[in-house]
Amino acid sequence: MASITIRGVKKNYAKTQVVHGVDLDFASGEFVVILGPSGCGKSTLLRMIAGLEEISDGTIAIDGTVVNKLEPRERGCAMVFQNYALYPHMSVAQNIGYSLKVAGVPSAERAQRIQAVARVLELEHLLDRKPMALSGGQRQRVAMGRAMIREPKVFLFDEPLSNLDAKLRVQMRSEIRKLHRRLSATSVFVTHDQVEAMTLADRLVVMNGGRVEQVGTPAEVYSRPASRFVATFVGAPSMNMLEGTVTLDGLSLLGDSRKLNVSRTGLPVGSKVAVGIRPEAVRMVAPGTPGALAATVDLIEELGAGRVIYVDLDGVPFSIVTSETVHPEPGSTVGLQFAESDLHFFSSETGGRLDVFKASVPEPAPATL
Amino acid sequence: MVERTPILNFLTHLILFAGFVFCVTPFVIVAIAASHNLKDVNDVPMSLLPGSDFWVNIKTAWTTADLGPKLLNSFIMAFGVAAGKVIVSALTAFSIVYFRYPGRMLIFWLIFITLMLPLEVRIVPTYAVVANVLEPYQTIMDLTGLSWLIEKISGVQVQLSLGLLNSYSGLILPLVATATGTFLYRQFFLTVPDELTEAARMDGAGALRFFIDILLPLSRNNMAALGTIMFLWAWNQYLWPLLITTDQSHAMAVTELKQLIPNVGGAPEWHIAMAGTLIIMLPPLIVVVLMQRWFVRGLIATEK
Repeated sequence: MASITIRGVKKNYAKTQVVHGVDLDFASGEFVVILGPSGCGKSTLLRMIAGLEEISDGTIAIDGTVVNKLEPRERGCAMVFQNYALYPHMSVAQNIGYSLKVAGVPSAERAQRIQAVARVLELEHLLDRKPMALSGGQRQRVAMGRAMIREPKVFLFDEPLSNLDAKLRVQMRSEIRKLHRRLSATSVFVTHDQVEAMTLADRLVVMNGGRVEQVGTPAEVYSRPASRFVATFVGAPSMNMLEGTVTLDGLSLLGDSRKLNVSRTGLPVGSKVAVGIRPEAVRMVAPGTPGALAATVDLIEELGAGRVIYVDLDGVPFSIVTSETVHPEPGSTVGLQFAESDLHFFSSETGGRLDVFKASVPEPAPATL
Repeated sequence: MVERTPILNFLTHLILFAGFVFCVTPFVIVAIAASHNLKDVNDVPMSLLPGSDFWVNIKTAWTTADLGPKLLNSFIMAFGVAAGKVIVSALTAFSIVYFRYPGRMLIFWLIFITLMLPLEVRIVPTYAVVANVLEPYQTIMDLTGLSWLIEKISGVQVQLSLGLLNSYSGLILPLVATATGTFLYRQFFLTVPDELTEAARMDGAGALRFFIDILLPLSRNNMAALGTIMFLWAWNQYLWPLLITTDQSHAMAVTELKQLIPNVGGAPEWHIAMAGTLIIMLPPLIVVVLMQRWFVRGLIATEK
């Protein structure tokens, strides 16, 4: 068990900077997921914690000890790689036990510990096989066994589930979660898959362009995204965004063609904002309902339990998730309604969240247009 | 290819067979000639039906050229070259691929240049060095005035000398020092995924540990291929052994084959020469047959 403290960490490759000063604190025993699109620096950050990449600036401390100059083996971290990185010429048992062999653990004790790990991961019958003769899920488990056997202070996962098929991914996800509950070692898990991130994380770190955009519980990140990027990145289908300008009595949307009366925005008149609304928060009503936005249906995606309806709102693509069994014809007109409390406001310049309803309206009045 | 084209199949096999006949005919003729007696082998045209003197000829060839010790010499040399190559090339390629150090590219290109300067091209300077391995150092000491200084101070005249003529090391070392193997390993090491290296680092394995535990076992096929090629290459060396072995006790089988070839004015004993050729061809053949499975995999597959 160990806490991780990251202070002002930067990473440069030659002249390009890929991580621009990250400050993070991971509590002992926490399961942290770092989420971001590819190229956002999340893997680089993880590899700096592991000791596989040099830290250009700033410090990383594990359990209060600055580890910048320590070799990976001295940091007490174990890592699970995306492609498993099993040694192809070694059997499963040898793969799992290799770190102990390097550390000079006597072979009797080694065999015992391999057995123990194999039992937890249900690999006992596969110990003599070579990685080539294993399925993807089994290889994944061997990779985890290799990390577990050292009883590390910190587990690092570098997109470990992205090579598995959808069903196995769900299964491994819950296995990782169970394993964490059992070992309660601090875990850092890097992924670009938001479902993985939301389901696994105690705490979510959303990164973009080498910077941390938001840190919070999955529910916090979902319900109060700190920036426009987080709002659109987290949630599927992603949050609908409409550009607007603050006017004297509310907001004008979609290039002044519509007006949205919102109470007390508290923003200077004329400032540009982006208004976000989750597809789940939009209600579809009969066209012509007073206060509803009229939109044209483009496409319907059937999901079984619900459906995603893609509509066109004066040229802006907009999506609605509904569990009602409605099947509007593509090309037909529908009305859209949403509550003021479901709106998120972001600055058009910085992309940051604008808390316009800080002392929120007790009973949110329906937004009218 | 999974095409079902009987005519094409037949044609390709025909071409293959023609190639096979083309390659194997000379060997068949050698074997037949080795089974004739002195009269039959000199018939024009020589009979292509095998004679009955095969074992007699083999025995004569063996004793005339004293092939026993020569084959042993050849084997020691070829094995030494192959083993040296396999080890040294693995180490140099490991250093070039896995370490970043100043002068790395310079070293890489120096090794590369040796590809363009095979032994035959630099045979005279190489001979000079082998005749006295310490000669370059002597020259450096003379030029820098170091030997003069030592002579002034201690009164001892410095004369470095270490000759490797007529020795196994002299035969083997210059043949080991070429770049082919380094490049074979380098290409292979570059295909080893980085994650494997990183996994080994996370497992606490240092560079040497990684090299021995992970990299070498993975390069088995490469080592087999390189070892086989180098064994054959060294076995068939002619010029270099001829040059530096003046002493009969270090003579090689291939150079000694000359002893069996009839001189002008001597009896035209081609059947004995052919029998000797067969004997000398045998060890490389055995090596190829034994190593073939690994050898082919090492050259074509990047299986991991």
